[in-house]
Amino acid sequence: MLAWTIYISFFGAAILLLLPKRAASLARCLALLAATSACGIALAAFLRHRTGELFTIVDKPWIASLGIRYHLAADGISLSLVLLTGIVAIAGVLFSWDIDDRTNQFFAFYLLLIGAVYGVFLSYDLFLLFVFYEIVIIPKYFLIANWGSTRREYGAMKLAIYSIVGSAMVLVGLIAAYVAAGSSSMALDKLAGFPFSAHFQMVAFPVVFVGFAILAGLWPFHTWAPTGHVAAPTAASMLLAGVVMKLGAYGCLRVAMTLFPVGLGPWSHPVLGIDSWREVFAALAVIGILYGALVALVQRDFKFVIGYSSVSHMGFILLGLMTLNLMGLSGAIIQMISHGLIGGLLFAVVGRMVYARTHTRELAALGPMNLSSALPFAAVTFVVAGMAGMGLPGFSGFVAELMIVIGAWRAFPVLALAVGFGILIGIVYVWRAMQKAFFAERGHELPPPHPLQPITIPEKIAAALLIASSVAVGLYPQMVLNIIQPALHSLLFAGLRPGGWQ
Amino acid sequence: MSSIQPTYSQLLSLAIPQMILVGTALLAMSIDLLALRRATLSTRSAATAILGSLGCAAAAAYIAIIHPNGNLLGGVLLGNAFIQLLQIAILALTIAVLLLAAGSTFTRHVGEYVLLILMATVGMLFLVATQDLLVIFVSIELLSLSLYTLAAFNKQSRFSWEAALKYFLFGGMSAAFLLFGFSLLYGLSNSTSLSEIGAHIHGLSPLLAIAIVCVAVGLGFKVAAAPFHFWAPDIYQAAPAPSAAFIASGSKVASFIVFFQLASIGFAGAQGSATWGHFVRGWIPVIALVAALSMVLGNFVAIRQSSVRRLLAYSAVAHAGYMLLALTAHTPQSLAALVYYVVTYSAATIGAFAVLSIVEAQTGSDRIGDLPGLSRREPVLSFCLAIFLLSLAGIPPLAGFFGKFYLFVAALQSSPESMPLLWLVILAIATSAVSLYYYLRVLKASYITTPESSAALTSGRVSGEEIPRVLCVLLAAAVVLLGAWPSLLLRPLLNALPRVF
Amino acid sequence: MTFPALTALTLLPVAAAAVLLLLPQSSSKLPRVIAAALSLLILACTLLLWVRFDHTSGALQFQERHAWIPALHVEYRLAIDGLGLIMLLLTAIVVPIGIAASWRTKKRSSLYFALVFLLQACMFGTFTALNFFHWFIFWELSLIPAFFLIRLWGGKLAGPAATQFLVYTMVGSVTMLLSFLAIYLATGTFDFIELAGRGDSFLPGVAANLGWQHVNPQHLALVLFAGVFLGFAVKVPLIPFHTWLPAAYSEAPSGVTAILTGAMSKMGVYGFLRILLPIFAPQIHKLQTPLLWISIATIVLSAFAALAQKDLKRIFAYSSINHLGYCLLAAFALVRTSDAALLPEQYAAFSGILLQVLSHAITAATIFWFISLLENRSAGTRLLTDFGGLRRIAPVFAGLMGIALFSSLGLPGLNGFPGEFLIFKGTFPLVPWAASISVLGLLITAVFILGVIQKVFTGPLQPERAVFPDLTSGERVSFAPVIALMFVLGLYPQLVLGALNSTVISYVHQLRF
Repeated sequence: MLAWTIYISFFGAAILLLLPKRAASLARCLALLAATSACGIALAAFLRHRTGELFTIVDKPWIASLGIRYHLAADGISLSLVLLTGIVAIAGVLFSWDIDDRTNQFFAFYLLLIGAVYGVFLSYDLFLLFVFYEIVIIPKYFLIANWGSTRREYGAMKLAIYSIVGSAMVLVGLIAAYVAAGSSSMALDKLAGFPFSAHFQMVAFPVVFVGFAILAGLWPFHTWAPTGHVAAPTAASMLLAGVVMKLGAYGCLRVAMTLFPVGLGPWSHPVLGIDSWREVFAALAVIGILYGALVALVQRDFKFVIGYSSVSHMGFILLGLMTLNLMGLSGAIIQMISHGLIGGLLFAVVGRMVYARTHTRELAALGPMNLSSALPFAAVTFVVAGMAGMGLPGFSGFVAELMIVIGAWRAFPVLALAVGFGILIGIVYVWRAMQKAFFAERGHELPPPHPLQPITIPEKIAAALLIASSVAVGLYPQMVLNIIQPALHSLLFAGLRPGGWQ
Repeated sequence: MSSIQPTYSQLLSLAIPQMILVGTALLAMSIDLLALRRATLSTRSAATAILGSLGCAAAAAYIAIIHPNGNLLGGVLLGNAFIQLLQIAILALTIAVLLLAAGSTFTRHVGEYVLLILMATVGMLFLVATQDLLVIFVSIELLSLSLYTLAAFNKQSRFSWEAALKYFLFGGMSAAFLLFGFSLLYGLSNSTSLSEIGAHIHGLSPLLAIAIVCVAVGLGFKVAAAPFHFWAPDIYQAAPAPSAAFIASGSKVASFIVFFQLASIGFAGAQGSATWGHFVRGWIPVIALVAALSMVLGNFVAIRQSSVRRLLAYSAVAHAGYMLLALTAHTPQSLAALVYYVVTYSAATIGAFAVLSIVEAQTGSDRIGDLPGLSRREPVLSFCLAIFLLSLAGIPPLAGFFGKFYLFVAALQSSPESMPLLWLVILAIATSAVSLYYYLRVLKASYITTPESSAALTSGRVSGEEIPRVLCVLLAAAVVLLGAWPSLLLRPLLNALPRVF
Repeated sequence: MTFPALTALTLLPVAAAAVLLLLPQSSSKLPRVIAAALSLLILACTLLLWVRFDHTSGALQFQERHAWIPALHVEYRLAIDGLGLIMLLLTAIVVPIGIAASWRTKKRSSLYFALVFLLQACMFGTFTALNFFHWFIFWELSLIPAFFLIRLWGGKLAGPAATQFLVYTMVGSVTMLLSFLAIYLATGTFDFIELAGRGDSFLPGVAANLGWQHVNPQHLALVLFAGVFLGFAVKVPLIPFHTWLPAAYSEAPSGVTAILTGAMSKMGVYGFLRILLPIFAPQIHKLQTPLLWISIATIVLSAFAALAQKDLKRIFAYSSINHLGYCLLAAFALVRTSDAALLPEQYAAFSGILLQVLSHAITAATIFWFISLLENRSAGTRLLTDFGGLRRIAPVFAGLMGIALFSSLGLPGLNGFPGEFLIFKGTFPLVPWAASISVLGLLITAVFILGVIQKVFTGPLQPERAVFPDLTSGERVSFAPVIALMFVLGLYPQLVLGALNSTVISYVHQLRF
């Protein structure tokens, strides 16, 4: 049943392409219908499979001569991320309700992207996973280049090139692993169970990990993220921040780390006091957290603030992955969900609620418009989303950061302190942006050049949906942890926990 | 020499497809000259092209139904499942090219045009069905001479003529190299049969080294591998679209197959090795270097092109580089990968040329700068173009992706423990990542850039392009289908393979 | 299953906020009436809780305990003892005062009162939560309504003031969070009561878990202590972590200042008493001298600072710092010795703290209420030099405000006195030197408060203040219960002390260092 999330999205995309050009509102409704039904399926599966263990959805031979199978399966981790995708997809459609330039095409690309994302999360065969992973690149490019804003073509091309370079690295690693394991199967468990030589893993791990991590915004390969986010139309940047970056992180965990666990182990000769890839990537993740936050602090463009905040938040995920303990890994997965919801919402506020109405994103220009009284709903939403993003307790971000920092205390105490500093800067940049955009100093209030259209119902519904989800995870994370942790205890991750989780 | 006496019936059964084609060619020309003298140009070209396609289809049907098997005179003319498959593929590609030519009006000599295409096809069919130096050479010359003429067919265009002359001169020179190489091989082994030659060669002698280099130059020219690619951009740009598509597709299939057989069977005793840092002299390092050079040069020069056709030409150089990877691995899997790759590559290339020919008929230009507006004017065509180019870029689920994947897997599979060719595979994957950039530039122009004049948005349909339009859609469907379900081609291919090795 | 009284009490203000937000926006007077009524209802509920509380027991009562996030060993655990009870009570008292002081808020008044109720809910949550996880949720969330109350309804410099307030508090919160995570790593629990029960036995575990075996656990403990300490010290605040306070208090609307100083600053005091003292008693014992110096500095320097101010709000902002400084002086003095002979002194000191927080809440909130009326009647100015001679034209105003001011000064017979008295009574035998120096603070307080009385109420009448209406009858009625309460608590402190006696005893006995 869960496989229908993919089929519905692709099918919806196909129908949309065939619709007559004038049927814009029909296209919107169809897209909403497709997104909602896919999300409904995801939710049903999420509620049904409460044990979090791996279950197969479809398993059919595909390219029999190469041992490649059409194998979809899900465990707790994929279930949660699929549900996240569903929620963000609905919100994205609602926030794109105002698109009226080639609406059919827009939503067709949108659904294509969504379908491919579902595919990545549900693939068990690595060939299949890679196929979906690459499909994502194309609609992403067109969504940004066609319906984007500032320097859209540049941003889109940069994103496409970074993605393709990342996936090229992944492809090298996957092919090498497939051949080295006897070219008989691409199934995740088969490859993860194959005893690759330590030397092979040492080399293959960083290649595949970085390949995926490029899409997750690992510093210093993050530079596509701010430009891409800024260039993208609202729905695309929501998806980009919400789920596409998660694909990278998911790949790091699901593929790079499970296939080559030995690659995380210590080197034979420490270099500059660093003695494993794990420490290298953890350090890069923390640099990403701090760098993203510091750069967000000095941006003049509202969307760049959020763009860099994504880099910072994704750093938490990568750090959580590198802690290699149950707490840190669970935290990383919750952070994927959390940032998916909150990052999406922040982009929606900036891109749709503010930019689409004011036609400027300059913080200095937004200030005098007195947006907190002109668009009170946008102001409130941004405050809530910003606070959720900075990790205020009660929202999902807090639980995630809490668990990641606990994990980091155990694994890299020094870095945990740096992370604390990063959290602080995070508070400051959100606050600064909020002050400047919505609550600028009074006294020289200018009315906006033209009356601002009030926030529409679809926007309100979408914002409420995302906030509610974030609060639900924040207040009752056990809901997600219940299915994540059995998945982390499964055989698949055995290589990461020699002798059990710490 | 084989002890089995050839029988004429066997020869007949193996050569019937070629004979059907020759017959069709003559028929087409005579019908054009006799029956269609009053008809309009586009009707003439449509009728002859369809006739030619029917002939090809008949030949393919014969092969598919009768399965002509046999081995004449120790490899002079062969028939087995693998060769049948290749011949069907070549015939299918030829049909595509003929359909592309249907309705075109660049020449008044349509009968001769179809005749030449079919003669070239005959050359290709012989080329893949032989393991004998003499037949190889004669077939190559039949193929090449037809292609030289096809390239020059657009008499209205000075560039077409100039490019064809260039092609002819380079081609003549490379034929000389090839012949010199063949003569050395004959001198070394006293035989023209590839297997005999392979049996006589043990280790690398200076003469053999010269022979290898000469053969590499000759066939490198045919497949447009760097640094023997100089003719390609001009031909791709200036030749009539069907000719260019034909040169880029069918002739590549045949040339790669013969290259593979020459290298893997004929030079079996002088392989050498191309392990990174441990080169051993032999034919493998030569091919590996040519492959590496082609990938890098093709991809990076393609970035700078402003003409879509020239861009396709340089990308063809890059693709030739990938395909040479299969030669360096020279295993059954790599042969299968090569065939899969070259066939799907050809399909995508013909498709791209088909779209371009229609666009050129409308706007008179193939420059990237003149593409804007295409997606609004011709949504179906531009969608097909997107599929072809993304397939060439290797984006799943299109055929080009699986082709690359399988090719790289096959290249590494030759020795899974040490993976001597890993560096080439990494280079190939890295450069193919670069390629997405220039393919996306084309798609960006057609989908994203807003045209400067509104004229680019209005449909300027030219008569006589219905058949190429249908062809585009069919080829796009084939590319998607082969990518999503590679077993369609792969299973018969792998089933046929054991009979070769 | 018993009725979840504490959860219900916490949710009550949330419901009140929801009611206010759902009101039609047309009426400007309706929200404040409803807000006042709801706040009194909440006060009534709290009083009911006070009555139902078993005052003979020092144990935790009204306990609610449920598994919440088993993966993190987080429980939903609420309970109060006398300490929590008094905090709930003072919050419930201060909020109606704050609402009354905001009676003339015109701009978006329903949002304003809704935020006040949300703030109250967060404070209730903070005072009842016993698990760090959700305690921290309330602790942090309380900043948000407070921030917006200052930011949106504050004075000209409200923006920087609110930001400064937020950033300071957040820095403290983050260091506290990091410390608690490290503790969690070693103990696997976030439960305050459990952690207090373990004493410092968890310290080697922290070092081992961090892989810092070479670090002396005692030093590590001091680092962890410093992290948590910073969080609370900013909130109370202690000098030198106080610099956010004068700006925030003076820029906030007076009604909000009343709540900030009356109730929110008690979150810091509560944190010291509920968390820091029981869990880190050995560290406090070790650092006692510097800590005492910090509290002395807080007491004395803030009094001097108040002396130097011209703005009424700033004066009482510093005065708040000063008053809470006594509480911390007593708190640090508590861990001086485990000599049984000094137990009564410890009881006295702790009772003093409880009494002091309650009386400071009432007094300070009332003073800011008066300041709000003063501002309303003087077109917003509140500089000392702008007033004078009000006694003559507004005698009732002057008289009632004078009572509040004398209460703040610590005049016997009013509520300010018993708390300070008990604190000094307990602290003198425990740490004589510190108590002696702190007396200086009392003296200076007397000086600046008398100065205020003199400058505002006596002397020549300022010409622009010629029209200064006295308290209306409605205002008189609403002040009456508060003033009455001041006298009651001043004359009969046993009313509270008796009820909290068991808590005091069991608390002091549980301190181990």
